Amino acid sequence: MNANIVIIGAGISGTAIAYYLAAKGMKDIVVVDKGYLTNGATGRCGAGIRQQWATKMNCIMAKKSVEFYEKANQTLKYPGDIEFKQEGYLIVAVTPEEDAQFSKNVELQNSLGIKSRKITKEEAKEIVPHINTDMFISATFCPTDGHINPFKANDAFYQAAKRLGVSFYFHEAVQSIQTVNHKVVSVTTDKHTFETNKVVNAAGGFAHEIGLMAGVPIPVYPEKHEILVTEPIEKIQGPMVMSFGKNLYCQQVPQGSFVMGRGTPGALHNHDIESSWEFLDEMAKTVVAFLPVVGELRVIRQWAGSYNMSPDRQPILGTVDECEGFYVACGFSGHGFMFAPITGLLLSEIILNQPTSIDMTELCMNRFKNQKTIEVEKSVV
Amino acid sequence: MNKKDIIICRCEDINLEQIHDLLDQGYTTIEDIKRLLRIGMGPCQGKTCGLLLQQEIARYLKCKTEEVALPKIRPLVTGVKLKAIVEGTKDER
Repeated sequence: MNANIVIIGAGISGTAIAYYLAAKGMKDIVVVDKGYLTNGATGRCGAGIRQQWATKMNCIMAKKSVEFYEKANQTLKYPGDIEFKQEGYLIVAVTPEEDAQFSKNVELQNSLGIKSRKITKEEAKEIVPHINTDMFISATFCPTDGHINPFKANDAFYQAAKRLGVSFYFHEAVQSIQTVNHKVVSVTTDKHTFETNKVVNAAGGFAHEIGLMAGVPIPVYPEKHEILVTEPIEKIQGPMVMSFGKNLYCQQVPQGSFVMGRGTPGALHNHDIESSWEFLDEMAKTVVAFLPVVGELRVIRQWAGSYNMSPDRQPILGTVDECEGFYVACGFSGHGFMFAPITGLLLSEIILNQPTSIDMTELCMNRFKNQKTIEVEKSVV
Repeated sequence: MNKKDIIICRCEDINLEQIHDLLDQGYTTIEDIKRLLRIGMGPCQGKTCGLLLQQEIARYLKCKTEEVALPKIRPLVTGVKLKAIVEGTKDER
């Protein structure tokens, strides 16, 4: 079978890239995924959308993505609702270092048009009345951050892409990528071979392995992160409550449940996505300390997924030197869901040789070769 | 009986018509339907609706019930208060 392009991964990034390419008129676009829709990191993510970052590129990408998501139901002509609830992120500083860093973050965010602000403990308590103010020093708040339903958002991009003629192949795993003289010539799955000279690696947790198939060593690795969800109750909390220092994020989603997660200290770099009792213990202790009333809620389910970690916790987007026709959209380090609209736009521009909407110097894979010191995004749970 | 009046998932209040709508659109695995409708994601974790949905998909695809893959089973077996987990681990470590 012939294809103009094969996109590996039908998560939020892959479907967004397919949508933008199809909307710009590209034909014969193929998307391959080894599981069902949203089986990977998208469907396992914490459903948060935020613009409060410590690096310029993350701020810009987040803001542009929020602007897209605000109109996504209409733009993508989605018959459902992606459930974008913009009631903010309340990020608490638990050390003097964080307090100082957060002032700098807000300054950077404001300079890029993000309406975040530094607030006191008392102001934080007005926004989230049940928060325990003994647990933190100060906080930052951005009212346009919030929540989106990842299944629905992924489905919205999927349906829009399908309507524009994109072909999807689910439950089909890529097994090899054939190259001649460092140029892509075909992609072989367990069911088909697609003759193509363009491949996009949007494989999330498996991005490193897909890179190696084309002889491209991408400096990313998968890392397990866990989440749990409680029974639903009436609405008591608008914003996401987040702490980097204490390793916590917790939000009440529109359906009424509380969704909360944390990283796994010392997690191995592998594809393990099994739930653990250690997470349940630590999560319970952390959330009850910050939000005591949440302790009254029953946990009904827990799950896990892979972050695809890059060296500076910023995504790796675009072309690579090692192989012509091989494009990457990976290394999102836990934030691919919230950056998907800008990812789709930028990749479509690069693939179609159009000028890019933002400067790609700090997002391309080359940056790790050129830079002596890497500025690492610290605002990550 | 009207398909709208046949409740399949009591926790999330999902009826047979909603399931048939998704099947007609090509979403034919329990994992797909679960994520789009929240069927099986409520407090009983699919203990009531899981088999009903499996049978309904089998009927639609004209295959055997056991050929329709069940969804991944996730902890916990039953709801436990977060506070109880904190108290239960107080004297450890």
